[in-house]
Amino acid sequence: MPTNTIDGHTFAVNDEGFFTNREEWSEDLAVILADLVGIEQMTEAHWAPLRFMREDSAKTGVTPTLRRMQAVGGFDVKDLFALYPGKPAKKMAYLAGLPKPVGCV
Amino acid sequence: MRTLPEGFIIPDFGGSAAKATTTSPEPAAGGEATAYRGPRKLALICSKGNLDMAYPGLILGNAAAGEGVEVHMFFTFWGLDIVNKKTHKNLKFTMLGNTAMHMPELGYLRTGLEHASMPQLMGQLPGMTAMATKMMKKQMADLEIPDVPEFLDLLSAAGVHMYACKLSFDMMKMIEADLHPGVEGVISAADFIEISEGAQTIFI
Repeated sequence: MPTNTIDGHTFAVNDEGFFTNREEWSEDLAVILADLVGIEQMTEAHWAPLRFMREDSAKTGVTPTLRRMQAVGGFDVKDLFALYPGKPAKKMAYLAGLPKPVGCV
Repeated sequence: MRTLPEGFIIPDFGGSAAKATTTSPEPAAGGEATAYRGPRKLALICSKGNLDMAYPGLILGNAAAGEGVEVHMFFTFWGLDIVNKKTHKNLKFTMLGNTAMHMPELGYLRTGLEHASMPQLMGQLPGMTAMATKMMKKQMADLEIPDVPEFLDLLSAAGVHMYACKLSFDMMKMIEADLHPGVEGVISAADFIEISEGAQTIFI
């Protein structure tokens, strides 16, 4: 299994680059990775969905989809697209140290 | 953005559109030089108003939007019922004409029965369409798939562009007030062809 190392942080990833061990994630690391995916400044609005994703996936065992973020987490999908443009679900899963979301909706 | 350390693997977060434009072959000499070079686009033409035929377009549109693809959906003919607020809560599923209709639950009665096609005649019995519709809606809800009106809200929030077909709109004698607010306009087929330039097009 490949291992990524950046600024002293080491974490295992799958072939695509997603985390395989959520325990290897930290907020400091998320800030570094955020820069790599084009998020220059992590604001409170950025952190809130990531925290929800980690809490929710700890319970369910799967990465929540955007629809679940809206239905269960109470987040506005429009806001999530604005915060994490392009591929919001994948970007957020990555920055939350979780596997790629697999749900269709 | 910084350069990645050696050996660092990062998921593809959407540089692919830019890559596609740089690696796409130059138009052949003498050929039309108007080939589309922009970001990836998806055009979905939804022409059916049955519940089971509404979902493929909605799901694909949502999935594409979540992948950073520019999505345009054209609702035409019976597909207009999907974006009509007077009808979209009550789209139905009928087993008539659907030979792939089988019930996973029947497998509990006898092994193999879950793969058996239901007799078409059953679909004509009064109440069968209502029952089949109710079952399908429940199966969808169990999988946390939103119902049609909520799905349209989701698509709209995800930035999906939706249009109603002018011809169908006139034919069904619809009024604009009945359209889901996410629908951007009532446009002609020619308009949609223009809008969907360079898009991968799927007809449903």
